[in-house]
Amino acid sequence: MNAIEPKPQRWTAFANDYGMVLVLLFLIAAFSVLTLERQSSTGADAGHVVARNIIATHGTSGTVVVVAGLKPPDEAFLREATDALKAAGVTVAATIGGKPADARRTIEHVLQEGHSIDAIAATGDAANWSIYDRIESVGSDKCVSAAPTLWPTFAKSENVLNVANQTAIYAIIAIGMTMVIITAGIDLSVGSLVALSAVATAVFIRDTGAGTETGVGLMIVGCCVGMGVCALAGIFNGAMITRLGIPPFIATLAMMLMARGLARRLSDELSIQALPASFTWIGGAATFGIPNPVILMVVLYAVAHFVMSRTVFGRYVYAVGGNAEAARLSGVPVKRVTVVVYTLCGALAGLGGIVQSSKLGSGDPKLGLMFELDVIAAVVVGGTSLMGGEGRIFGTLIGAFIIAVIKNGMNLMKVGAPEQQIVLGAVVLLAVLVDTLKRRGTAH
Amino acid sequence: MVNTVDTAPLLKMSGIEKSFPGVQALSDVSLKLHRGEVLALMGENGAGKSTLIKTLGGAHQPDAGTIEIDGKRVDLSSPMAAIEAGIGVIYQEFNLIPALSAWENIFLGREQSGLLVARSDERSRAAALFERLGVQVPLDVPSRQLSIAQQQLVEIAKALSQDVRILVMDEPSAALTPLEVEKLFGIIRELRSQGIGIIYISHRLDEIFDIADTITVLRDGRYVGDAPASEMTRRLLIEMMVGRSIENEFPKQAAEIGDARLVVTGLCRGAAVRDVSLEVRRGEVLGLTGLVGAGRTELVRLIFGADTWDSGQITLDGQRLNINSPRDAIRAGICLLTEDRKTQGLVLCRSVRENFGLPNVKHLSVFGVMQQRQERGAFAGYVDSLTIRIPHQEQLAKNLSGGNQQKVVLAKWLQLNAEVLIFDEPTRGIDVGAKHEIYQLMNELTAQGKSIIMISSELPEVIGMSDRILVMHEGRITGEITDVASTTQENIIELAINS
Repeated sequence: MNAIEPKPQRWTAFANDYGMVLVLLFLIAAFSVLTLERQSSTGADAGHVVARNIIATHGTSGTVVVVAGLKPPDEAFLREATDALKAAGVTVAATIGGKPADARRTIEHVLQEGHSIDAIAATGDAANWSIYDRIESVGSDKCVSAAPTLWPTFAKSENVLNVANQTAIYAIIAIGMTMVIITAGIDLSVGSLVALSAVATAVFIRDTGAGTETGVGLMIVGCCVGMGVCALAGIFNGAMITRLGIPPFIATLAMMLMARGLARRLSDELSIQALPASFTWIGGAATFGIPNPVILMVVLYAVAHFVMSRTVFGRYVYAVGGNAEAARLSGVPVKRVTVVVYTLCGALAGLGGIVQSSKLGSGDPKLGLMFELDVIAAVVVGGTSLMGGEGRIFGTLIGAFIIAVIKNGMNLMKVGAPEQQIVLGAVVLLAVLVDTLKRRGTAH
Repeated sequence: MVNTVDTAPLLKMSGIEKSFPGVQALSDVSLKLHRGEVLALMGENGAGKSTLIKTLGGAHQPDAGTIEIDGKRVDLSSPMAAIEAGIGVIYQEFNLIPALSAWENIFLGREQSGLLVARSDERSRAAALFERLGVQVPLDVPSRQLSIAQQQLVEIAKALSQDVRILVMDEPSAALTPLEVEKLFGIIRELRSQGIGIIYISHRLDEIFDIADTITVLRDGRYVGDAPASEMTRRLLIEMMVGRSIENEFPKQAAEIGDARLVVTGLCRGAAVRDVSLEVRRGEVLGLTGLVGAGRTELVRLIFGADTWDSGQITLDGQRLNINSPRDAIRAGICLLTEDRKTQGLVLCRSVRENFGLPNVKHLSVFGVMQQRQERGAFAGYVDSLTIRIPHQEQLAKNLSGGNQQKVVLAKWLQLNAEVLIFDEPTRGIDVGAKHEIYQLMNELTAQGKSIIMISSELPEVIGMSDRILVMHEGRITGEITDVASTTQENIIELAINS
């Protein structure tokens, strides 16, 4: 053979390393432009602005009613506006979060009590309600609201956090799947393991603890049980593959069926809801304004990246997937590495199940249906080759977000679910096509 | 040469240029081939031989230059056009469909219409072709069940069935045993007498003088020179290929040979390895040879723990070893440079640095974390001392030439500082310059007191580099040659075929 070594051109190297990041940034920019619209003024910032305006025009001696709707940002508006007005010494006669009829009733009640209303601090939506003109001595001209802003619905902080929160579970499971696919394997059982973990944890808490009153310690033991069961399932997968030579596709397909069945049997096909607040905190609460699953995801990705790029284990995983025989002849314990990878994948699916059930507040045997496909799609879109030996952990994170952003963007643009499926299928196809072309380009 | 008085040669290539992105593969290459002539096309890896024959086979289009057959210019724009022009190319990797029989492969794509009659006609035509070659090949079994030599015969028959006048063979002897090579040469001589022009590529120098009428040498994509084989010497040929003078093809420096280190007793595995006992001493190169399939590779794989053995015992420095896997062997200080570096030696899709570190992670990591600076430093040392040509350490192993790949594999085992090094065909497919460096490395290792087992099918290499030679036949050791200096290739072949 001739030693004609194709020199990698700089732009292809760049595209290989950062291509997916660019795609993600492009999608974010595109959806930001497409969802650019007038945002009704609500939320904490709007509340602050309204309070300041009222103090500026009416001074601090007046009486004010604060009105907003029922959405989460409306609560923030109410809290912020009320606090700011009270802090300045303004009398807040009522703080109303509700429907127009509720607001009318409360305002009339305030008037009957002898208050005069100088101004109504309202969100953009609430200021457009028609109720004010129907109440004597109040008019819509008394409404003060912040000027509407032009801002992409997609890029609103609550939407961004929402996307991240929804992606976190897929992304966490995809860490294990990335490792499995790098070893040139596949794990179809992760979706079922999500359910098994959720049910096992919930059943343990129900039967050994005191349901909703279960202490934190026992709750943690319960989570360990859930993850442990899934890790065992992973060991079983790995053993079938390495000891008996069953192809990963078949071994994990069998586990997918068995684990789902086990979850249904364990739970008697019921959703188990008696779970303590400490458990629902894991997936349902936020720390420093960031949803807990997102924090967990970021930490796990940092650890996984370090493991895969800097440790002996990571080196072994890539070698096993790239050429198992050459790895074995170089002293790599191929079977052990493979079992550990499937075990990790199982345990991470179990963790995903705990986060998911904690978020929903129930251990449900129907959780995680078809998760395996979404997770595999994230890994593939993230640039990991199904041939094994190649792929990056952070690529998978990008892949998971590309899929999530496309879904969310289409939702915001009111694209129907069937069309969304078609688009997502095309995206997966495109990602594999890029991988194939890259391969062909370097196949000399 | 049957026909040198011809005015127009059978094939004339002149001024051939071909470049790939970043590489000038061929520049101003010319070549002349006459009827009934065997032309050896020689050159190191990367000299442009493969590119030149791909141009001839219609797989590559030259950027400039002309190709004439019988004085008429031809345009070889596709493999089909080359076949129509009477050119048959047998590449190193055969193009047979494994599931189809010999005769089905021969007529693949040119089947005559009609069912049974045409098929039996094709089958008898195939039989006639093999008869013309004077060989017997099972006609009806799937090609995958044929030996490499038989598959090659199918390729030759296929070319003949297309009425080729020019037959190009790329390293046809690489996977053949000495006996099979002899048979192949008989066939080549027969074809020559039928007036076919043959271009023959090989890295085995002794073959060239055996079979070729003329020798054309390429170096770095350029034509260096040609000469009748009778006027060429081995030394001159090597110098033309390498571009500098090489004092000694086998620069053997015998080290002081000490006590036995690795002792193998009664090792068995099925029919492949039968009751083999051997020992390797300190500072010794033990040559292990025999025909392909004699059980040499199988034997060293057992010693290395790559396969499991039925019975036997292995000791190193008097200590009994319990080897169940390559991992155990590596821990004990035994390493194996495998015959096939692409499928067994390297993880091709990973970087050379990662490949280098793979067996050495124990010494290059702390608490399971790779010490990358240490790894880079260690590898950089070998890149220098073995002159591995890579742009950077992150280069993927698959992008290296054969010689450089072999050096990366060597580097990873040298770093391990193993006591017993087993080299299975260490110089196969490697050019003369790199071969020389590997031989010198073997000298250094034995000078340090290491022991080497070297498997090789190239008898000059076995004789040139070994301190002692063991010959295998059908899984057994059938001979030992202690006086290597006065042995001959014929001696070894006799032991190898165990007559």
